[in-house]
Amino acid sequence: MNSLLWLIPIALVLGLTALATFVWALRSGQFDDPDGDAERMLSDDDFPLT
Amino acid sequence: MSVTLAPFVRIAGGSASVDLVVDGARCGGCLAKIENGLQALPEVTQARMNLTTSRLHLVWNGPADAADLFARKLEEMGFRAAPYIQNDSDQRDAQASRMLLMAMAAAAFGLMNVMMLSIAVWSGGADMAASTRTLLHWVSAAIALPIAAYAGRPFFLSAWQALRVRTTNMDVPISLAILLACGLSLYETWHGHVHTYFDAALMLIFLLLIGRFLDARLRARTGMAARQLAALQVTDAKRLRTDGQVETLPATQVRPGDQLIVARGERIPADGIILSGNAQIDAALVTGETALQALRVGDIVYSGTINRSDAITVSVLKASSDSFLADITAMVEAGQQTQARYVRLADRAARAYVPVVHSLALLTLVGWLIAGGTPRTAILNAIAVLIITCPCALGLAVPAVQVTAVGRLFSRGILVRSGDALERLATISHVVFDKTGTLTRGQITPDVTAIDHDDLARIGTLARQSSHPLSEALHIYAADLDVAKITEVEGEGLMGEVDGQSVRLGQTSFVGAGDQIDTGLWARIGDQAPVHIPVSDRTRPEARTVVRDLSDMGLSVRMLTGDAPDTAAQIAQELGIEMVEARVKPAQKLAHISALQDKGRSVLMVGDGINDAPALSHANASAALASGTEISRSASDIVLQGDTLAGLPFAFRVARSARARVRENFGLAIGYNMLAVPLAVFGHVTPLVAALAMSASSLIVTLNALRLRREGAYEGPAHPGQTYVSPARTGKCAA
Repeated sequence: MNSLLWLIPIALVLGLTALATFVWALRSGQFDDPDGDAERMLSDDDFPLT
Repeated sequence: MSVTLAPFVRIAGGSASVDLVVDGARCGGCLAKIENGLQALPEVTQARMNLTTSRLHLVWNGPADAADLFARKLEEMGFRAAPYIQNDSDQRDAQASRMLLMAMAAAAFGLMNVMMLSIAVWSGGADMAASTRTLLHWVSAAIALPIAAYAGRPFFLSAWQALRVRTTNMDVPISLAILLACGLSLYETWHGHVHTYFDAALMLIFLLLIGRFLDARLRARTGMAARQLAALQVTDAKRLRTDGQVETLPATQVRPGDQLIVARGERIPADGIILSGNAQIDAALVTGETALQALRVGDIVYSGTINRSDAITVSVLKASSDSFLADITAMVEAGQQTQARYVRLADRAARAYVPVVHSLALLTLVGWLIAGGTPRTAILNAIAVLIITCPCALGLAVPAVQVTAVGRLFSRGILVRSGDALERLATISHVVFDKTGTLTRGQITPDVTAIDHDDLARIGTLARQSSHPLSEALHIYAADLDVAKITEVEGEGLMGEVDGQSVRLGQTSFVGAGDQIDTGLWARIGDQAPVHIPVSDRTRPEARTVVRDLSDMGLSVRMLTGDAPDTAAQIAQELGIEMVEARVKPAQKLAHISALQDKGRSVLMVGDGINDAPALSHANASAALASGTEISRSASDIVLQGDTLAGLPFAFRVARSARARVRENFGLAIGYNMLAVPLAVFGHVTPLVAALAMSASSLIVTLNALRLRREGAYEGPAHPGQTYVSPARTGKCAA
């Protein structure tokens, strides 16, 4: 029972971290050009988003 | 492309930037070529190509004019570029799909955590202390309620909008189920009962959001592609200022009374009167007539026609907003309204589905009360029915199929503008083709079979002295002969001495053929009798196969053209089309299609010209070539890229199998409901069963949609000896 009081908040914090990371990625435009990113990583001298 | 880019350049902090739409960039090779090529220029500080939207963002240090230089550089690399004009609906689409993604992420987060807690409750079963269970339920509620409120907004808003005008849509039962499930679960938690439905409510939201997101992405993608095509064809006009300077301005800004200069090969931007110059006007895209019209000073030229002679000056009669083009636009808009009345399959299903679901839930409630259940059990079971019948699979069935189908067509250079266009295409029974520019190339080909070889060489050599389009068609027959004393009479013909003999080439009166037929071209060598050179339009190489394929699919193929009956009949016979009508005006094309529709037929119109646009928008479905006029493309559901009709039978096949997949999916959803609903009605559904059943049905529906990816992947040539080459594989990619 005591372990639950720890584990539930930990699980929630982990989940929230993942959600926040996704929101950050979305906001910073990482999903703007999925087609281009797929091709870009194959080229020898790719230009990462600065 | 002679649009100046300078007005689109933004200057900020010493560096200039511009957004361009780049045509033809489709692969990683193109991307690297464009970015590396432009970054090699010393002044360019940033060049970033977005392959998904075909947009190039360029930043450089220097004057705004440099943008034109970059555009030329791109053109040298084999890519056409046009300024990207920020569009409100682009912004809104991007915003909407971003919001849906956020809602999906939130729902996924909530769903995972609530499910984790639910699993604890299910597996704990009777062993779990009531206090622990209640605690877990409270934690679930704390996660689920805010998330449902945030992620469920798309459904709540749409349901509210429908209810406000006293109609229902699919979102009404969805919202009802979400609200009731959350409300009831909260009540159960409060009283410490065993079952809650938080996980079911969140799963409902998550699965339905996937469908919404696919739908939004489909619409954004097709809308964007269509606007890009339009952006690449910005038409501009050259206006003569009072000080004698020529300025370039967008065609929409032309005013009556302006004097415009139309160079050879340019499209006339507005209706007007010829002020100077003898014009040879190509009206093929406007009327379908292939022969050139000879016009003189004082004659009226219509917008959309092309000047094939040397530059002329035109005084504008009407602004582009009330010209001949504007009339056509009005007809197109009227047609698009009739098309908009088409009810999508999913909506039709929803219309039948929603009352059934509501009655079932109500019957369950009443039934349990009559059978002597407590009000709580009755409400619980009624809500279980609402949740389990919730159209998860139904909501995914259509968008999942359409996204796959449209993506499949996209990869073969066929642009479908909306999901319901695909549905309409699958119901077509009649295909109506335009002739000029659609079945034919719209280029002049002379028939020289009746002419002696030596004479032909003389005629060809003379023809090479002129830049008239009819003469140009004969240039290939030129030989290395002496030419002298060339005289060209504007609008009449050309004469000169070739190899010591006098040769005349031109109209009937010019060569002295008297009252002979006045079509094509006449030639006379020395004192011989004049010879007639009939000119015709050559059919597209793939047209015959396409017509045969469509007939094989059980479609009735027809041809409507504005051109002369003889020419039309000849082309039709060549292609194997039995129903032909010639000399048809835009309004008559429209009438022909309406007549077919009145008989209950469903018509696909294929065209490319301005004269086809009203018919395109009135037909049940329509297809245009990307090389056609802008107005015909914007009136069409399908745009065929790569200047070939070959994709048309493929589009039909994909549309038909998409319809089959959608129907299978509806079948699956209905089958699942028939299994699950009785269980729910009789009170056997626990949240576990509801969650499992719902996700299983959604998964099956999605997997079924993915089968479309294989459509046409392994198919051989449609007819032995004939091979289809997809536009995507014909070297469209410039890399």
